[in-house]
Amino acid sequence: MDFKIKFRGLFKVIITFSLILGLSSFTIDEKPHLKIFEIITFEEFEQMMNQKSDKLRVFNFWATWCAPCVKEMPYFEKVAADDAEIELIFISMDDGRKPERVTNFIEKRNVKAPVYLLNDVDYNKWIDKISEDWSGAIPATLFIKSDGSKVFHEGEVNESELKALIAGIK
Amino acid sequence: MKKLSNTLLALMFMFALTPLVNAQTQGYQVGDKATDFNLKSVDESWVSLAGINGAKGAIVIFSCNTCPYVVAYEDRMIDLHNKYAAKGYPVIAINSNDDKVSPGDSFEKMQERAKEKGFPFPYVYDKSQDIIKAYGGSRTPHVYLLNKEGNDFVVKYIGAIDNNYQDASAVTEKYVEDAMDALLSGNKIAQETTKAIGCTIKWTKAD
Repeated sequence: MDFKIKFRGLFKVIITFSLILGLSSFTIDEKPHLKIFEIITFEEFEQMMNQKSDKLRVFNFWATWCAPCVKEMPYFEKVAADDAEIELIFISMDDGRKPERVTNFIEKRNVKAPVYLLNDVDYNKWIDKISEDWSGAIPATLFIKSDGSKVFHEGEVNESELKALIAGIK
Repeated sequence: MKKLSNTLLALMFMFALTPLVNAQTQGYQVGDKATDFNLKSVDESWVSLAGINGAKGAIVIFSCNTCPYVVAYEDRMIDLHNKYAAKGYPVIAINSNDDKVSPGDSFEKMQERAKEKGFPFPYVYDKSQDIIKAYGGSRTPHVYLLNKEGNDFVVKYIGAIDNNYQDASAVTEKYVEDAMDALLSGNKIAQETTKAIGCTIKWTKAD
């Protein structure tokens, strides 16, 4: 059984339907936004961390119920939108049995960065593999530079703190 | 110019985050002596470690009303108290969240939650956040198992309750129970610290 929910497919269906229903008179002046949401294991997240990238990758750990996380998300999206050298990825700590909480959030808040739900509650097994500096509180953010080196930050940031953090890492 | 602004930003960042870094690096390690406290519980009584009759220690849990992980663990917190209070190790739940930042964590809301769930243990409010800062708690739920040695309360275990918040029946490692049972039988605690994802503490904002 495949638990992965792919929004690309859903979007294609919606767009096709829109066209069939004669809504093609709408001019789509920007390319349709393809939202990515997947439920992943810790092993899959490790592979993601170990991938090579020319960009500064920013993994933000959050959950829909976490008020400070939700508050800081737009700052991350803004900073990523303004800087082509940054690749932003949201890692949800939400309940893997209720992915609709996350997909509804993505729709409602129009989250643009890819979102992955890390579905492994045996936290003590993997928190230190992300960073030994992480107590486990969220929000938390892992920065991985193009050379593979990591910088970890636990706690909420505002926009200027985030910019300063990134400037310091670069 | 870019370099200058980067340097300025980096400096701003260092100033902005200095208090956060300090808050995270302080606190107890296993083996440290924990401070006592005198905090008001939901039944309006004042609770201290020294004031608990017959206590050989305590299972101190930094908790709150609003965190889904806490909600998932409330029944297991009750079970821990019912299992170990009679053996001298009651649960003491401490809410340290600022009720201006998180109105759902006010003392009145604590009283409501304690009544709804019928908490058999004290549920106290650390409004000043002095106690959580002394202990080094960073999230909810965050357990500090204390053992009374002479007049001191010594930290024996710090971390999570077990390894599956979602489903108590799927737990394979009962960290707190294992630590308690080792302590009661005079054995060494195998796993003295664990980590878990939890809700961040709602720290009081400096005006």
